[in-house]
Amino acid sequence: MSLAASNRLPVLRVAMSRDDLMMRLGVVLLAVVLLVIVGLPLWSLLSKGFEDRDGKFVGLANYVSYFSTPALFDSALNSFHVAAVCTLIVVPLAFFYAYALTRTVLPVRWLFQGISLIPIFAPSLLPGLALVYLFGNQGFFKGALGGPIYGFDGIVIAQVFYCFPHATLILVTALATADARLYEAADALGASKLRVFFTVTLPGAKYGLISAALVVFTLVLTDFGIAKVIGGNFNVLATDVYKQVIGQQNFSMGAVVGMVLLAPAAIAFLVDRVVQRKQVALLTARAVPLIPKPKLGRDLFFTAFCTVVSLGILTILGMAAWGSLIKYWPYNLSLTLANYNFTNFDASGWDSYFNSVEMAIGAAVFGTALMFVGAWLNEKTREFFLMRGIVQFLAFLPMAVPGLVLGLGYIFFFNAPNNPLNFLYATLAILMINTVAHFYTVGHLTATTALKQIDPEFESVSASLKVPVWRTFARVTAPICLPAILDIAIYLFVNAMTTVSSVIFLYAPDTKLASVAAVNIEEAGTTAAAAALCIVIVITSAAVKALHVLADRFLLGRLQAWRRR
Amino acid sequence: MPLLEVRNLSKRYGDFTALGDISLDIAEGEFVCFLGPSGCGKTTLLRAIAGLDPQSSGTIHQKGRDISALPPSKRDFGIVFQSYALFPNLTVVENVGYGLVSRRQRKAAIGLRVNELLTLVGLPDAGSKYPAQLSGGQQQRVALARALATSPGLLLLDEPLSALDARVRLRLRHEIKALQRTLGVTTIMVTHDQEEALTMADRIVVMNQGAIEQVGTPQEIYRRPATAFVADFVGSMNFLAGTLVAPDKVKVDGLTFGCTAQDGLAPGAKVALCIRPEDVRVRDLPSDIANRVAVEVAELDFVGAFCRATLKVQGTADVAMTADFSSNLIRDLGVELGRKLDVALPPDRLRVFAA
Repeated sequence: MSLAASNRLPVLRVAMSRDDLMMRLGVVLLAVVLLVIVGLPLWSLLSKGFEDRDGKFVGLANYVSYFSTPALFDSALNSFHVAAVCTLIVVPLAFFYAYALTRTVLPVRWLFQGISLIPIFAPSLLPGLALVYLFGNQGFFKGALGGPIYGFDGIVIAQVFYCFPHATLILVTALATADARLYEAADALGASKLRVFFTVTLPGAKYGLISAALVVFTLVLTDFGIAKVIGGNFNVLATDVYKQVIGQQNFSMGAVVGMVLLAPAAIAFLVDRVVQRKQVALLTARAVPLIPKPKLGRDLFFTAFCTVVSLGILTILGMAAWGSLIKYWPYNLSLTLANYNFTNFDASGWDSYFNSVEMAIGAAVFGTALMFVGAWLNEKTREFFLMRGIVQFLAFLPMAVPGLVLGLGYIFFFNAPNNPLNFLYATLAILMINTVAHFYTVGHLTATTALKQIDPEFESVSASLKVPVWRTFARVTAPICLPAILDIAIYLFVNAMTTVSSVIFLYAPDTKLASVAAVNIEEAGTTAAAAALCIVIVITSAAVKALHVLADRFLLGRLQAWRRR
Repeated sequence: MPLLEVRNLSKRYGDFTALGDISLDIAEGEFVCFLGPSGCGKTTLLRAIAGLDPQSSGTIHQKGRDISALPPSKRDFGIVFQSYALFPNLTVVENVGYGLVSRRQRKAAIGLRVNELLTLVGLPDAGSKYPAQLSGGQQQRVALARALATSPGLLLLDEPLSALDARVRLRLRHEIKALQRTLGVTTIMVTHDQEEALTMADRIVVMNQGAIEQVGTPQEIYRRPATAFVADFVGSMNFLAGTLVAPDKVKVDGLTFGCTAQDGLAPGAKVALCIRPEDVRVRDLPSDIANRVAVEVAELDFVGAFCRATLKVQGTADVAMTADFSSNLIRDLGVELGRKLDVALPPDRLRVFAA
């Protein structure tokens, strides 16, 4: 039998167009960038844990010494304990708040929704400071909690404030996508309200609840600011990393604690991904949206509930604001702006604030461009599966990595003398890069979701019309995705303003950020000035968010006339 | 020379064969429909011709040029998708002119061309509107105008009418066909709607499970289906299980029917004897007519212009077939449930397939 008659057909090799080539190059470039800003720093951290102080390989010695040091190991137990308790408090609280927002008729619903978001605009330091004013050694209600606020109790209360909006946002989304037909069916079958709640409402929000629980658990576990301010002698993993690295300059042990911190966060993230994948199937296109009808008793109850929770949030914010305006707590309660003259409290003065704003704008502009163009490249490049898979993995990685851990990785990687990128160390640029990397996943996901919602054939049409793909990107894809692009930019700006954990290791004297300065000022014992700086951050990020909402409503409405029917 | 020559085209996804060894010629100016159930590979074949999802092996030549390995942007075609894929943030004029702008034509020339195209598709005044402000049928026309703007040598339509409601679909069928005739542009349309294919196509390619079942004019496909699949998929068809007892005789449950001589089948073969419901004769049967059978009306479904009757063949256990009776016939013959009558199955209308 001749070869020609055999069954093996030649496999076609498709020629690449210039577009294909450019996009593949773009994907490779993106992979390299992500490798440098995410992958390699984490790798440095991982390998640092196996070295001694002089950089010699010592195998698992550091880990052995970590787990055999009771003080260190106790911190891990403390961390898990606090995270578990906070999750048990925040998730039910947020669930009922989200239920009120989505399933009942509230007066001034928008106000309740807005108040629930406030903690997002504050550095995690802020609730800690407010609690010091309220329950601290010289606090208003000193002793009201039956013991000192410094420690477990204080951390839990502050974390509840700090995590509440994150859980609420997730649960509002989960509860907002209900199918009215299920409730009508349950009603028609004569099910009691309670039974409907347990058989329809709760299962419908199941994945949202799991997701919210994982997010809260991870946030509490990895947050640094709160434990720093109000933890007292109650050690947790996050403060241990800080102490090992800044206090004792023991980088190897810091890396080990970082890895111990990374493991649960990564596991929680993986579980969440699996859970979220299941949620997609729950929603059908034919679902009828549920619009709550007024019901006096229920609505009154939930209005009261939301009022209490909102007052709690406002009290903490208000306490920090008031404290920042008081001359000499608690002896002279007259008001002053002196605490806002930061030069008296920290060498960087107001510069730290302007550094923060500059860094946040830079992160928002460059980060949004990278995330959106990156997501577009990865979505729209034809074939090239391996490289796109690598990019996807690297884009998801930061979500699983606590800020402190990433920051530590940055020291090891960028500060290495033989790294050609060493020149970035101690610049504002590295803070920007670190912030973009730390918050990469959410931006990437937002962009990907927006891109998936537009017609997948735009690029096919362009190709058939011989229009280069970048022109369709600029003229069609990007303009359509403008709302998502703005969302990403605002998200980056707000997080860049408030983040403490990942940048605390990376600043130089002249690139100190406001959130870090607040930590330093608090460390030096000036609570009022630290609160003042936190308030300035809240006002800035909330104002930017408010501008965004206004722009969304008025400017975009005019720019995007094509959305109207 | 055919405009498009497809040779031994295959497309595999892992172990799954989406297209198996497809060969097909399409002549210049032809309107060809790829017809088949969902998953039969018709869209895969169209996308391979466009270069959007290249084949695993095999070649495609357009006007003698080998385009098998070329990316879509290097091929010569215009395409309309089921979703239309109109750019929502661009006006109708900008959409239609999208491919012209990048060809560095003068602005005035582009404007003229766009106007000409919009007039051609019957939307001369919609230029400044956005797609969301148009009806489905209007969007469809804009997509068509955009695909035709660059005067492509080949027009590809991927289920272009399936998102529209029935009345609009009917009207657009005629408009697209008329437009195609006027412009003479070679067109391939993918559809799962047999009526659409029968009314619009010069030639129909019936596909099933990644292979071509039959290629022919609508009349050929309908009158002389080459396979049982085509017979079943296009139009309605009665399938009576039987045995071939002579080259031109089929026995169905004791009754013997004469048919045209079957060369490909050996006597004794299990076969399906097929007849379309409208080919069952009832009126004015001569006494010596072939294939006369006595039946009883078991069901009568009113379908509007006619009734579809289910007829139980007398003298058999459970052989039944459907027949279409016009309203006139029902009135004239007094057809009603339980009525017994004689019908004939004209031998030249019978098709026989191996079962």
